[in-house]
Amino acid sequence: MRGREKLFLLIAIVAAVGLSFASGSFNRYYLGIAIDVGINIILAVSLNLINGHTGQFSLGHAGFMAVGGYMAAKLTLVCGPMLPPAAQPFLFLGALLLGGIVAALAGLAVGVPSLRLRGDYLAIVTLGFGEIIRVIFQTSDFFGAATGLVGISKLTSFGWAWGFAAITVYIVASLVNSTYGRGFIAVHDDEIAASAMGINPVRYKVTAFVFGAFFAGIAGGLYAHHKAVLSPGGFDFLKSIEIVVMVILGGMGRTAGVVLAAIILTILPELLRGVSEYRMIIYSLLIIGLMLTRPQGLFTFGKK
Amino acid sequence: MTTDWILQQLINGLALGAIYALIALGYTMVYGVLRFINFAHSDVLMLGAFAAYYLTKNIPALATPGVGNALIVILLSAAICAIIGMTIEFLAYRPLRKRPRLTVLITAIGVSLFIEFTGQHEKVFGAATKPFPQLLPTTDVALWGLHISSNDLVVLLLTGILLLALWYIVQRTKIGMAMRAVSYNEQAAALMGVNVNGIISFTFALGSALAAVAGIFYSMRSPGIEPLMGIQPGLRAFIAAVLGGIGNLPGAALGGVVLGLLETFFGGLPGLSSYRDGIAFALLILILMFRPAGLLGKLQPEKV
Repeated sequence: MRGREKLFLLIAIVAAVGLSFASGSFNRYYLGIAIDVGINIILAVSLNLINGHTGQFSLGHAGFMAVGGYMAAKLTLVCGPMLPPAAQPFLFLGALLLGGIVAALAGLAVGVPSLRLRGDYLAIVTLGFGEIIRVIFQTSDFFGAATGLVGISKLTSFGWAWGFAAITVYIVASLVNSTYGRGFIAVHDDEIAASAMGINPVRYKVTAFVFGAFFAGIAGGLYAHHKAVLSPGGFDFLKSIEIVVMVILGGMGRTAGVVLAAIILTILPELLRGVSEYRMIIYSLLIIGLMLTRPQGLFTFGKK
Repeated sequence: MTTDWILQQLINGLALGAIYALIALGYTMVYGVLRFINFAHSDVLMLGAFAAYYLTKNIPALATPGVGNALIVILLSAAICAIIGMTIEFLAYRPLRKRPRLTVLITAIGVSLFIEFTGQHEKVFGAATKPFPQLLPTTDVALWGLHISSNDLVVLLLTGILLLALWYIVQRTKIGMAMRAVSYNEQAAALMGVNVNGIISFTFALGSALAAVAGIFYSMRSPGIEPLMGIQPGLRAFIAAVLGGIGNLPGAALGGVVLGLLETFFGGLPGLSSYRDGIAFALLILILMFRPAGLLGKLQPEKV
């Protein structure tokens, strides 16, 4: 089992990077959507660790993404011109990791209140953290205030996005399937029973927030270097909801389903572009309809 | 910082806080009976403002500002929103009554997005900001050397009356007793012959009517109305409800006033005004760290 998962990771990364070299021959529009899909897979799978596996309802994932995006973009904006072109991929990798680590620290800060809060209250606090992070970026001149950051070099390629998506899926899946990771599911199922069994729920919750935030930060960095502009408005409550919907649609705690939901929900708005004025109305009706008919998620196959 | 300034901000803050309190009551009442956060509440507020806008625009008799006309417009808008609130509950929430609360929460977010995006469609309200009609002739009342807008005084007075009326309904009438019974224990209330569905409908009607009034008051103080206008006051009111202890009526009123005052005082200080959005949330997180069930809420011990 272990070996098979490692093989999957290797094949996925090689395939992603290999396809990336051929990306020049693809339609730029489709390539852009493909990169969006990769980024959204990272976001959805990382949120799934917090919301699905550990059962801590978080509404602030866009905030973590913003932290990672801003940190990574600032680093490449400042250091990029000083370095030769050959060093750019290393700088980009460093920037992504920096964004991930700072976002993980933010996740730690959010995870700590979860010591005492649960359910709706936790959802509100994470929502609040997301908004606070947005306000900080919106008012800080260092990060371009309300206009945001512009002129970020377009370093994100198909290989980077899907490579990191594969790494995220692999790490989250092997974390949850490990002996240690059973604790996440135990906390999700019954916190009191879990702590009676000697599991420290606080530690698991904080770990879930830190890991989830780390990958959201990486996704933010990829997003920044894909769109080339960052504005605080892009990381509002609606963005968090978008990621939550992917997790719910895919079935909470089911990695395969969540990946599929991320793919579908990224492509769907593009397909609806022809009826763009009704696009968001259809999207919201879809959420309501799904909750009324299949609240357990669309893709509930596979093991949980 | 003179006493005049402080008194001036006090009046402004109280008027704003009164509006937040009216909205927060709707959140907290619904939470009391159904135990979920009605995200669509902030959009009912917007619909209330638009109801008033279209009433004054299409009925010439109501177009002239005056106390009588204003009261008629407010009552009609409240009635319209009460019907909308009951409809939302009937179509979207009632089928999910027995489902996990998370499902209902996501549905509520879906309903909220649906109302917002439908409202933004050009054939409905359109995304552009519309000037809100003058409902009352406004003058600045000079009181102890302060300039107070007569609108603020009307808002304070009417809110006071509405809060008293609400207190009377909940504490002194039969239907209020039934509301409290459903909130305390739904099954036991049903066994005692309380029509639970009817009471939940009534709660939605009451909350939505208050939201409509709050929406009109809010629009009287702001430059114009647009389909997304409900989000910001809705979010604040929601913080207010959690701050006071969600499910607790006096708590919601208190939370609203506290938040309104803090926002006005911090917003009035130079250098802090741009952080106003963040401050409300930071305060919320801080209070929840020390009192996880809000200011007036009681922490329910978790039973195994």
